Amino acid sequence: MNFRVVKALVLKYLYVCSRNTFRALDVFFWPVMDLLIWGFMSIYMMRVTTSVPKMVPMLISAIILWNVLYRAQQVVCVAFLDDVWSRNMLNIWAAPIRPIEYVGAGYVVGFMQAFIVVVVMGILAGFFYSYNILELGLHLAILFANLIIMGWSLGLTVTGLFLRFGPPAEALAWAVPFIFQPISAVFYPVDILPPWMQTLAQITPASHVFEGMRELISTGHMNTFHIYAAVGLNLLYMSIAATLFKSFYEEARKRGFLAKYAA
Amino acid sequence: MSENETVVEIKNLSKEFKGKFAVKDLSFDVKKGEILGLLGANGAGKTTTIHMLLNLITPTSGSIRIFGKDFAQSRIEILSRMNFGSAYQFLPYNLKVIENLRVFAEIYSVDDAKERIAELLDLFELSHLKNNSTGMLSSGEQTRLNLCKALLNKPDLLLLDEPTASLDPDQADKVRKIILDLQRRSGMSVINTSHNMIDVHELCDRILFMQTGTVIAQGTATEIMDTYQSQSLEEVFIMIARQNSNSPNTISNN
Ligand SMILES: Nc1ncnc2c1ncn2[C@@H]1O[C@H](COP(=O)(O)OP(=O)(O)OP(=O)(O)O)[C@@H](O)[C@H]1O
Ligand SMILES: [Mg+2]
Repeated sequence: MNFRVVKALVLKYLYVCSRNTFRALDVFFWPVMDLLIWGFMSIYMMRVTTSVPKMVPMLISAIILWNVLYRAQQVVCVAFLDDVWSRNMLNIWAAPIRPIEYVGAGYVVGFMQAFIVVVVMGILAGFFYSYNILELGLHLAILFANLIIMGWSLGLTVTGLFLRFGPPAEALAWAVPFIFQPISAVFYPVDILPPWMQTLAQITPASHVFEGMRELISTGHMNTFHIYAAVGLNLLYMSIAATLFKSFYEEARKRGFLAKYAA
Repeated sequence: MSENETVVEIKNLSKEFKGKFAVKDLSFDVKKGEILGLLGANGAGKTTTIHMLLNLITPTSGSIRIFGKDFAQSRIEILSRMNFGSAYQFLPYNLKVIENLRVFAEIYSVDDAKERIAELLDLFELSHLKNNSTGMLSSGEQTRLNLCKALLNKPDLLLLDEPTASLDPDQADKVRKIILDLQRRSGMSVINTSHNMIDVHELCDRILFMQTGTVIAQGTATEIMDTYQSQSLEEVFIMIARQNSNSPNTISNN
């Protein structure tokens, strides 16, 4: 692995972001809107019923952490689409870049964006709702890391699908996180889901993250089972995603899609 | 590297897309310092060949050796010593000219990047545009920028797919002179596809004429014109294209 190459690709992404106002919206506008809506919603619900104590911190932490997964996945996909949109694919794939370096650069920018989103939303949560996300302590880093990794795996798989199926797959970049949202139990506990969806939730790393988060907020403790489950599933899915990506990449080279994508 | 060292060695190379051969049983060599021209009608398989040489397309059969190595073992090593330019490829439009070159200099691990970039911008007369957004360049300027990118790493093998397609005659002439100069001074080898017969005449030491994926004639421009008893390559081109199609008005694909 050549870190100069990773650095170059990260630099390219940062140049693109600094030129593009819509990218700034991704980091600031949408997450902030999410925070405002869910924050006020939870305050309103507290007024209607107090049967769920700590509703406000739970929903605010949930929306902040959900954005971590969403951003990590999204950025990995968009970093690839940037090269498609700017008809730069040949220059990239004809250069001495290992697939792992290309993907690694997507991961780095995904991490950077998710981190910025947490900082921005965290500060605003303090300002609007007097909630300090750092109350989650060291656990915040563990939850964050697991959501990043799940986002990376999804991003990698979807990028593989772009390579294999071309532009028709592009809508997945925006749809995929929402396909996983219901079974990720972001805003509600897993046990309110119908049994078959509970089974799906059990094998989704994010549901363990959010269950752990709620437990932590309501009791001050988190069962380590949640962490082990999330880490184990994440490792499994990351290796599946890498295998899928590799096979889609090879297939794209056989079919000439790498050279002809968006041509 | 000795003068007659083989840089590219292609044996029985074929590529089949959905049961149709884009390239069929192609074999050729390129020596150090040689400029090889790939000629042929639209859809003859020139770009497919170039893409296989860049490891962008996996061949159906046959072998490719570049610098004596193959892609399965030495992809990164081979690609580090090569580069690629085409009038139909762009660098990211929302980056400044200089930013694009910085990014690619880093990707190719160019050590004296700053000097190298300045030198190339100067060579291709783009220095005054270095802080402009790439998307705002004219197509000829974008093509020259792409050539800057293609020469950043001082490649030993340069692949060009219609490099002068969008250049005015003056710029096309300058670009040819730059390439010839590099070939003479550094022994760079070049594989070049073009529909511009002046390019082919002035640049190429040897020409492969391709038709539906196979080579049907090869040699220097003069040798080929002699074989076809013709006064110009253009005439040969049209002769070959028409004698092999069913009707002179067949609409070619791609
Ligand atoms: N990925 C692909 N899938 C299916 N067919 C393909 C693919 N890529 C190329 N072809 C076909 O292979 C043939 C050769 O195409 P290629 O692009 O190599 O031609 P070319 O010689 O470069 O033509 P031109 O002068 O028009 O650029 C064409 O018939 C083309 O339609
Ligand atoms: Mg072509």
